[in-house]
Amino acid sequence: MNYLDQFRDKELVRGLSQRIRTLTQGRGKPLTFMEVCGTHTMAIYQYGLRTLLPPEVRLISGPGCPVCVTPNGYLDRAIALCRQPDLIIATFGDMMRVPGSSSSLMVERAKGAEVRIVYSPLDAVRIAVKNPGKRVVFLGVGFETTAPTIAGSILAAKALGLGNYFVLASHKTMPQPMAILSADPEISVDGYLCPAHVSAIIGANAYRPLCAEYGIPCVVTGFEPTDVMQGVEMLVRQALSGESRVEIQYSRVVRWEGNLKAQAILAEVFTPFDADWRGIGVLPGSGLKIAQRYQAFDAELAIPVAVEELKEHKGCLCGEMLKGKVSPFDCPLFGKSCTPESPIGACMVSSEGTCAAAYKYAR
Amino acid sequence: MCVGVPMQVISIEGDQAMTEVDGVRREANLMLLDQEVVVGDFVIVHAGFAISKLDQEDARETLAMMREVFTPESMG
Amino acid sequence: MDNDIILLGHGSGGKLSHQLLDDLIIPLLSQTPSAGQNDAAVLEFKGGKLAFTTDSYVVDPIFFPGGNIGDLAVNGTVNDLAMMGARPLYMGVGLILEEGFAKSELSQILASMRTAADAAGIAIVTGDTKVVPKGKGDRIFINTSGIGVVEHGLRIDGAAGRVGDKVIVNGSIGDHGIAVLSAREGLEIDSGIRSDSASLNGLVGELLALSGGLHVLRDPTRGGVATTLKEIAIQSGVTIMLDEESLPINPGVRGVCSILGLDPLYVANEGKLLALVAPERAEEALRIMRQHPQGRDAAIIGELTEVSDGRVQMKTSVGGVRGVEMLAGEQLPRIC
Repeated sequence: MNYLDQFRDKELVRGLSQRIRTLTQGRGKPLTFMEVCGTHTMAIYQYGLRTLLPPEVRLISGPGCPVCVTPNGYLDRAIALCRQPDLIIATFGDMMRVPGSSSSLMVERAKGAEVRIVYSPLDAVRIAVKNPGKRVVFLGVGFETTAPTIAGSILAAKALGLGNYFVLASHKTMPQPMAILSADPEISVDGYLCPAHVSAIIGANAYRPLCAEYGIPCVVTGFEPTDVMQGVEMLVRQALSGESRVEIQYSRVVRWEGNLKAQAILAEVFTPFDADWRGIGVLPGSGLKIAQRYQAFDAELAIPVAVEELKEHKGCLCGEMLKGKVSPFDCPLFGKSCTPESPIGACMVSSEGTCAAAYKYAR
Repeated sequence: MCVGVPMQVISIEGDQAMTEVDGVRREANLMLLDQEVVVGDFVIVHAGFAISKLDQEDARETLAMMREVFTPESMG
Repeated sequence: MDNDIILLGHGSGGKLSHQLLDDLIIPLLSQTPSAGQNDAAVLEFKGGKLAFTTDSYVVDPIFFPGGNIGDLAVNGTVNDLAMMGARPLYMGVGLILEEGFAKSELSQILASMRTAADAAGIAIVTGDTKVVPKGKGDRIFINTSGIGVVEHGLRIDGAAGRVGDKVIVNGSIGDHGIAVLSAREGLEIDSGIRSDSASLNGLVGELLALSGGLHVLRDPTRGGVATTLKEIAIQSGVTIMLDEESLPINPGVRGVCSILGLDPLYVANEGKLLALVAPERAEEALRIMRQHPQGRDAAIIGELTEVSDGRVQMKTSVGGVRGVEMLAGEQLPRIC
């Protein structure tokens, strides 16, 4: 039994595609559904799902890429840290090529900084154990799927009595940005494909207030192609019948209340604060910073550094992209001065970035 | 960033489980799970942690229902 | 960003590598316009044709399931010659050793090189050894050169692909890269995957029976099948449509790629070749391959569909269509 292949079933996808086509045939204005999770962005492109949907259904990407919604200042601080002596930066791979105001981690590594790619924050803890003479800073970027794993690493470091493990945290939470987008008159979304694993943590109930206030259907959807197509089908049915409820497509993993233990660990290690989302602005209570009792692990407090002046590239449309107002192909820099090898914005190089996906899979 | 992958629990030792997908094995930390897990269960593993159990019964039911409703032939 | 230093990505075989070659290396070094386009250079010599290639090996770790840096070096060199349809004759080996490197490990590596050379029928006839101080090398780097003779009168060249051609691979993809990656410290992945490192000149010898029906041969090393096909598509000025369902991939490779978020299409191979064959000879090519130990799992994975500026697309396993680009930066450094 392999729960990946079963949900990559060609026949089911074809059947769902046909059903969606039948349901929406002849509709004048297309239905616009937004996904807010980088993994959905990638899955949709990787499987070519847009080519299986009728023109009456439009899938757009929202602020689903945690690296992309993090303003340059974070990366500039990470770069300032990696230039410190006896300091190792541990990070997920997708941060390496993201451009800061004047450099990137990849370039800093080429110039001699110690930057290591890890698969799990626990690997970073192991590095700290093996290098007692150095400070290890893990770049904690991600939504509620990743934040608990980083909380876990801090608890593990505490249990080991480590004094050289730190996290530079820039976590953000759903569904606040979805509410902002729903209220924006320029964006007209007929339904949300809600993220699979974020929802496994926060629970499907988290979308109820937003759904009730704005009357937009929300379907918590898995990442495999059959899941995505079924999620779209469920949204289509709701949209056509004028309903707006929260439904769980990904029922094999997501529960209404979510993972209470992970939520408790998040509450223990992090505190909510008003985070700045690239393109959207500051959203109240939408970010997680390290709680006071775990201050010793907070890189921003424990290792003060001078950070260079913030420079955002003028032509970069990442902000508009993250609100779903602009698609990669609308950006004049896309594929010309902004490419994966020489990126101008994070959207082009994050492994969950909309432009990265479009460049790689849809040109 | 790596997607959470459904992996099967092969063995458990305290907070650590050995998990497997397609014959590939890697350890996963169970400290974030609020559900009881035994050998043979499937969990979603993300960045070295199990973040949720996968309900196999639900998966089978979902697939069966989808196959009944959405196979091209059954739709005429 | 910083365009004045070399980055790890420049060695990955993808876009950055191409940029370095096109912008800096070829303009400064080369006297021939077609330099760097194919796996080996084919040179006129006294009425005949020689194939000449050079390669360097920096794989980390130096011992991995299915091989080591030594037999990798021999097989890689033989294969570069074989991709031009040349019969490999002689090779030279340059060793750069780090002070402190264990002689027992060096012996093991050299013994494997001899075994691999004998199996391929190539003779190691010259070499050089240098030692650098501790910390200035990484145990062992190997550079090779290979010479072969081109005896067929065919045009086997990256630019020879034609609309209608079928794309055939001789077996499962991604094995080498995943084997090396699994052996790396820190990832703690137990995959059971072994490198596919092997010399392909025997298989190519059989394929020459296709004569005019064999258009392109190339081995998808760094950058994987995707990057190699994109290069060929650009050289031949065509669109290549791949069929995801027909890609032969080992379950273990799939598993590791799932866990680490990698795409097997971009993972290095060291015992695989891509053959672009005229459509009416494709079944015959498959038969020839499947009868050979290096081609048991051969499969048709795509075709050349139309003239274009060089694109690769793929029909996905669920019936959608998506683009396939060249590897951008580095996916897995020091894989060969």
